[in-house]
Amino acid sequence: MKHNFYKITQMKIFWPLVALAVLLLLNLFLLPGFFSIQIKDGHLFGSVIDILNRVMPLLIISLGMTMVIAKEGIDISVGSVLAISGALAAAMMEHTSVWVALLAAVGVGIICGLWNGVLVSVFEIQPMVATLILLTVGRGIAQLITGGQILSIDNSVYQYLGSGFLLGLPFPIFIGAAIFLIMMYLKKRTAMGLFLESIGNNMTASKFAGIQPKKMIILVYTICGVCAAIAGIIVSANVSSADANNAGLWIELDAILAVVIGGTSMRGGRYFLGGTIVGAFFIQTLSTTIYSVGINPQIVMVVKAIVVILVCLFQSQEFRKLFLKFTKKKVSFS
Amino acid sequence: MSSAILLRAEGISKSFPGVKALSNVNFSLRRGEIHSLMGENGAGKSTLIKVLTGVHEKDEGSFYLEGKPISPVSPQDAQRLGISTVYQEINLCENLSVAENIFIGREPKKRGRIDWKEMNCRAERILSERLKINIDVTKILSSYSTAIQQMVAIARAVDISSGVLILDEPTSSLDKNEVKQLFEVMTKLKSEGMGIVFISHFLDQIYEITDRITILRNGEQIGEYVTKEISRSQLVSKMIGREWGKDSNQENKNTRKEVQQVFVSAQNLGRRGMISPLDFTLRKGEILGLAGLLGSGRTEFAKVLFGIEKADQGVLTIDHQQIRNMTPKAAIDKGFSFCPEDRKVEGIVNDLSIRENIILGLQTKRGLFKYIPMNEQREIAQKYIELLNIKTPNMEERIDNLSGGNQQKVILARWLATAPKLLILDEPTRGIDVGSKAEIRKLILDLASQGISILFISAELEEMVACCDRVIVLRDRKKIGELDRTEMSESRIMDMIAEGVPVDET
Amino acid sequence: MKSLPFSIKENHIFIVATTALILLLYGYGSFSFTGFSSTQVILNLFIDNAYLIIVATGLAFVIITGGIDLSVGALVAFVSMVSASLLEQGVNAYIVILVTLLIGIIFGAFQGYMIDRFDLHPWIVTLAGMFLARGASFLISTDSIVITNETYSSISRAKVYILGDSYVSIGAIVAIMVVIIAIYMAKFSKFGRNVYAIGGNVKSAKLMGLPVKRTIILVYTLSGFCASLGGLVFTFYMLSGYGLHLLGMEMDAIAACVIGGILLTGGFGYLIGPLLGVLSMGIIQTLIMFQGTLSSWWTKIAVGFLLFLFILLQRLIVMRRGRRKVIRLEKQNPSLPVPSQPVSGDFK
Repeated sequence: MKHNFYKITQMKIFWPLVALAVLLLLNLFLLPGFFSIQIKDGHLFGSVIDILNRVMPLLIISLGMTMVIAKEGIDISVGSVLAISGALAAAMMEHTSVWVALLAAVGVGIICGLWNGVLVSVFEIQPMVATLILLTVGRGIAQLITGGQILSIDNSVYQYLGSGFLLGLPFPIFIGAAIFLIMMYLKKRTAMGLFLESIGNNMTASKFAGIQPKKMIILVYTICGVCAAIAGIIVSANVSSADANNAGLWIELDAILAVVIGGTSMRGGRYFLGGTIVGAFFIQTLSTTIYSVGINPQIVMVVKAIVVILVCLFQSQEFRKLFLKFTKKKVSFS
Repeated sequence: MSSAILLRAEGISKSFPGVKALSNVNFSLRRGEIHSLMGENGAGKSTLIKVLTGVHEKDEGSFYLEGKPISPVSPQDAQRLGISTVYQEINLCENLSVAENIFIGREPKKRGRIDWKEMNCRAERILSERLKINIDVTKILSSYSTAIQQMVAIARAVDISSGVLILDEPTSSLDKNEVKQLFEVMTKLKSEGMGIVFISHFLDQIYEITDRITILRNGEQIGEYVTKEISRSQLVSKMIGREWGKDSNQENKNTRKEVQQVFVSAQNLGRRGMISPLDFTLRKGEILGLAGLLGSGRTEFAKVLFGIEKADQGVLTIDHQQIRNMTPKAAIDKGFSFCPEDRKVEGIVNDLSIRENIILGLQTKRGLFKYIPMNEQREIAQKYIELLNIKTPNMEERIDNLSGGNQQKVILARWLATAPKLLILDEPTRGIDVGSKAEIRKLILDLASQGISILFISAELEEMVACCDRVIVLRDRKKIGELDRTEMSESRIMDMIAEGVPVDET
Repeated sequence: MKSLPFSIKENHIFIVATTALILLLYGYGSFSFTGFSSTQVILNLFIDNAYLIIVATGLAFVIITGGIDLSVGALVAFVSMVSASLLEQGVNAYIVILVTLLIGIIFGAFQGYMIDRFDLHPWIVTLAGMFLARGASFLISTDSIVITNETYSSISRAKVYILGDSYVSIGAIVAIMVVIIAIYMAKFSKFGRNVYAIGGNVKSAKLMGLPVKRTIILVYTLSGFCASLGGLVFTFYMLSGYGLHLLGMEMDAIAACVIGGILLTGGFGYLIGPLLGVLSMGIIQTLIMFQGTLSSWWTKIAVGFLLFLFILLQRLIVMRRGRRKVIRLEKQNPSLPVPSQPVSGDFK
């Protein structure tokens, strides 16, 4: 029994889950109506459903980011890609059918991802620097597409993607679930997981084993770009408008945070899609909680900052050493 | 040799987890002499240097500098005491000027600001007076050759402390003229009374410049010799650990029948700066050895063959088919497999489990989307864990929890699972326990009898002679000869390595 | 060693390229638009971008060590907020100035300590710093606070006349002074040289006994100080405090450094670079303004494109350095690779 419990605590997903559980428990006491779910017109409503719905863009981007971070990279351009895809879809729908617009939005995600991937793998530019270019240019391109306006979207099919309901649940949840399943499939039913973790952990040994790292790098950045584009579609569909300036602002930081909370190390190697989902839920629940309690929502940023630092400190070897020394001293005194 | 002893090491021992790197080693350096530390990989040379310069802590023993006991705790501490080290990889900042590299951290100042004029002036003086080189000291270091950079490192070292100078493989990337220049500097410093410890793999250089040689093997001191009094053959045999003329029992030489069908052949295959072009052929089911000291090009050739380093000349033919643009993936597709020398960096993937490490090679051969189902993975892993007798409680264990020998077997398993036609083994038995060694040797013979060609690299000649059908001898990155089973003996190989005489001229 | 003129060229290539770019854009502007070539247009570049020059110069030191500081933009906003709210409560203007500068120093030093002591990634630590500073601004107030303090207003209004009718602001003068001091520090102080050494090779710097830890903490402290000084200058310029001031400005500062030839991999670059980078970005903005029909987002696209070009240029130079080294090695080792001369061939 004891051994089993130890095993569970050793699992990477354990601590993120505990943190999320504590947060939910806090909500149970602070906000009596938090867990109540009502049914209106056959749709479910409630704080929990709201969190599930709102977290999806972040969750989808975080899933893509998880794979990039697994190979020891990073993509800080996701927010801009999100803005471009939303803007492009909104602009195209004025002239063409919604399906073409959707294809174009996903296509632009592929192009952005390829661009990042080629810069990182072929030109061997550091990932942060390479994706910085698209981060800067991306918003400009998005504004170029929208002409600086906030484009409103008036298409019921498109809007359904962001705010429709299926089986009583908000539709974005199904998109998120589908992407999660695809990623799990890639990880567990193709060699993607094995190759990525191998490259992220030991690039040299991976080359010696015949893996072609460049191809894999381009592939993961492309996947990440597509995820950002899909998130862009959901965000713009949800509010029925495309805002080139503010859509997905700072989402790259939240995504990195979600990945790190989920147990995937910034140093690459093993990656945990389930952990990332827990991490994304943690961030969204935190925001919603602070919002519902009635504290100034901007304080979320301060809390996030403290969470980032704590999570990173616990991942740092130096800190662990210091921590161990400290606890050991205590034991020897008593 | 009555000159005063400058530095003395007594009974130095040092263990790392699982390895005794140094046991009870003595060493003494006299004033005004150049003293070489010799030994194969893992003999303990670099550990001794690292203990001496405070990089590692010693377990036992003591150092005396001019009779006084010292125990440096860091390289800077050692430097303050008067011991400085110049490494093969130059520890300077390439983006700074030559003068700055000599003076950074102790720049001359005038009215609170760095006095560049004075600094350049002094740097020029040190380089021209003590080292006899005249260069523009205001240019950045990276605009100079490795040799000059090395000189700058030496200039910094001797300007800070001039007692003991340790040169750790300074010549590996220098050409003949640059080596000559370095030797002139060393001779000059020696005449000024410095004690110099010189580490090199090039026998010619050792005989040209050193006064004394201390030989280490497997962390033990074999002896201290005056350079003039020890022959090359003696030196090599002491380093490798085989007595001269006492070849190991010829009976354990394998006596399998020869196959004539050629699997791989190469004409003039080489890569600049790594391995000079050479010809070779490898038949099916044949064990071909690559013999040579460290740095002779043995590993480099294997890397070129496997496509990790691109060959820039020559032709490679596999199964009568000419191959251009070799990559590891293409090599694996052709049935090649490669157990690299540096297991930790090039072999195992730490984060992954034993099962995943075994499956990695086969999975790359099949490609990204032809996933090996989990139960097949387990079967394969289980099969090789049993076959190779890998000692682990569980195939899902992280690979870095295994001992060195078992890790090596996992890498072997990775390649055997791909059903290879050629197995390149670069020092497969290095740093592993005796039991695993014997198992791996036996396995090599078994595999060859199943028709797998094997390219075998080892520093242990006994092992080579016991296993190989043919041996190619390398020296200074060149092929200097080839011996077949009838000609092959340990002393013969040692002779060739020591003297560098091509076999067709003897 | 005949490569002398060449190697100087390589070290200065970014400065030359950026200066040429500025002159080209300026030439194009004065040719196409009336009034573009007036002295005041040039001086306005300094006035409008004074804060960015100061922040980018501080950031350049961090980048030369091979690090990064993402918190600078948020810190500027935080400083504007602290100033505005303290002044609103009637605190003496000079005490406010002192307090805000201290905030920057302490903030930067803390970030440096975290990065050095716990070996954390500078992107992550300064990212958290950015969240913290932005969030803290909103803790003070979520609205914009206008500054009415007399001292601040008079500093803000002050015009220093040079060349007849043309003038610069106090902020611009502070910016120029910061650049001059930075250039001096980089070249003539031990700290400056240690910064370059660390950026060149941390391992070597440690082995050579340089105070690596101290320098890294100092470098982030300096960046924090410059950010707060920039924040102060920005506050004079805007006369308001707001938590949303200068969103994403850290990316502008990084872009200015890159365009000014500070290598993001560390170890190379001149401290005049950030100034030139800011000026070229400013001139593009001015051009687009004068042009009239182009929208403001073209600035972002143009700057992004410049960024791309300069990053590529940096990459090519680093790659060529690597290749040159290989070629040099080959030249040194004629004994190794000569293929068609077998050893025994000499005897024939």
